[in-house]
Amino acid sequence: MSRQVLDERRLGWLLCAPAVLAMLLVTAYPIAYAVWLSLHRYDLRFPDQQAFVGLANYASVLTSEVWWRSLFNTLLITAGSVAVELLLGFGLALVMHRALVGRIALRTASLVPYAIITVVAALGWRFAFDPTTGFVNALLGLDQAWLSERWSAFVVIIATEIWKTTPFVALLLLAGLTLVPPDLIRAARVDGASAWQRLVHITLPLMKPAILVALLFRTLDAFRIFDTVYVQTRGAQDTETVSIVAYQALIARLNLGLGSAVSVMIFIGTILIALLYVRLLGAGALGRGGRQG
Amino acid sequence: MSAGRPKDEGTLVERVFWRFTLVILIGYALLPVVWLTSLSLKPSGDLTDQRFFPRAIGLEHYAAVFRDPQFPAALGNSLGIGLIATLISVALATLAAYAIVRLRFPGRQAVLVGALAVAMFPPIAIIGPLFDLWRLLGLFDTWLGLIIPYITLTLPLAIWTISAFFREIPWELEQAARVDGATRLGAFRHVILPLVAPGVFASAILVFIFAWNDFLFAAALTSTTSSRTVPAAIAFFTGASRFEQPTGSIAAASVIVTIPVVVLILLFQRRIVAGLTAGAVKG
Repeated sequence: MSRQVLDERRLGWLLCAPAVLAMLLVTAYPIAYAVWLSLHRYDLRFPDQQAFVGLANYASVLTSEVWWRSLFNTLLITAGSVAVELLLGFGLALVMHRALVGRIALRTASLVPYAIITVVAALGWRFAFDPTTGFVNALLGLDQAWLSERWSAFVVIIATEIWKTTPFVALLLLAGLTLVPPDLIRAARVDGASAWQRLVHITLPLMKPAILVALLFRTLDAFRIFDTVYVQTRGAQDTETVSIVAYQALIARLNLGLGSAVSVMIFIGTILIALLYVRLLGAGALGRGGRQG
Repeated sequence: MSAGRPKDEGTLVERVFWRFTLVILIGYALLPVVWLTSLSLKPSGDLTDQRFFPRAIGLEHYAAVFRDPQFPAALGNSLGIGLIATLISVALATLAAYAIVRLRFPGRQAVLVGALAVAMFPPIAIIGPLFDLWRLLGLFDTWLGLIIPYITLTLPLAIWTISAFFREIPWELEQAARVDGATRLGAFRHVILPLVAPGVFASAILVFIFAWNDFLFAAALTSTTSSRTVPAAIAFFTGASRFEQPTGSIAAASVIVTIPVVVLILLFQRRIVAGLTAGAVKG
């Protein structure tokens, strides 16, 4: 091995080291610490009672109704918002792709939901649905206390999520859409394929990686939903999500042992979701990034 | 981006249809922003009139927001913390991205995959440990206590987007500079850096938006005006008295913090889109 090759290796490692260290220090170390905490009785209100309790915290979590309900709520919000976002996002991407006039105005406008502070968006929608300040009831001729009832609260939460993230999904899908060769579509049209057939047999299969990447990011994002629920209901009306449960145990009740057990469960859930999508995508797709250099 | 765009102008009906769709979509995207603006301009007495647009316009809520010490402090904290975190994250990511795209060394693939893993990481999982550690280390309720997690969690995004931009650079220029006697560092500074600056800048905007938007860390790791950022300040905002509805003030504060974001988008929408989709699909 020549000196030059060794020098290049050393330089490569040297340049990556700060970023890699920064990422490891604030993820790998704290998650290991969270695992340690989750195996202990560790309540900041009773610091003298700290003790190793094995898997007792996990047993408490897994046998508590709060955990299973919050998991159900989280999965409900995830499924509801991601499914609608994908459909609307695809429609929006098609419009962005086809629009002859105003595509820049549309793209600019659709970046607003992505970039606006989630807390601000959640408050905006909360005020809109509020029975005293809001315009929604007046508009629909209803007298509904949206956030005071469980199912209507879910409607508001999911609607907020959909509004906020559909443009992001659309932009990812648009990038996939521009990779579909127009010649292929034109050839299919000449051969007599209908618009629906072109969509199902050409466009969608070619866009599969883009769709899966968008789905992966949005599913993981929705699974850790916190801001919107916290601002709109604080988990009341039985709308708690897993992140809200962990936050309340850790920060509101200062029970780091039990809260960390919930955190570790969320971490495991995230890994399971990621593995599922990586399987669907095929291992090769994710690793291609560095090969083009 | 413009490949595959149909060239025919379509019939009149089609044009009207597209224009109509466009207006609907733009209205949908801007709806809550317009609504909050309208709410913030309503005089206190009109806040519960359930109308979308204000009947009368007043600036009293804006005055109230700036009279209250919480909001100006939060604005300063958000700007300072966001800018410092962005600067450090983008600098570290640029070094790493250069190495990943330009140098051959074992493990460069692992860095990209590792960054992807961090991007999927649920932040709630490290809130407890950081809360405990920060209290021990004296970082609780400090700028640094937020800057550190923001750097970590934005590095993946920064590394992926900057690498994607680096791949589009004509690297022959660097070779030419080095043949002419420039060092690797000299060639990087004088030839490559000016070329990647737009891409690095796009990543910086995305990183800043992340830090500017975060609520979870701000809620868990701060407690006073000395480091509480805008999202947490707005979420925990209480009126001057218990009987005052802070709706108007919250709406005014929301509009104020949304303006910089909208300005950034108007100025740099093309680059933001390129940054958002770089690596995600082509990678």
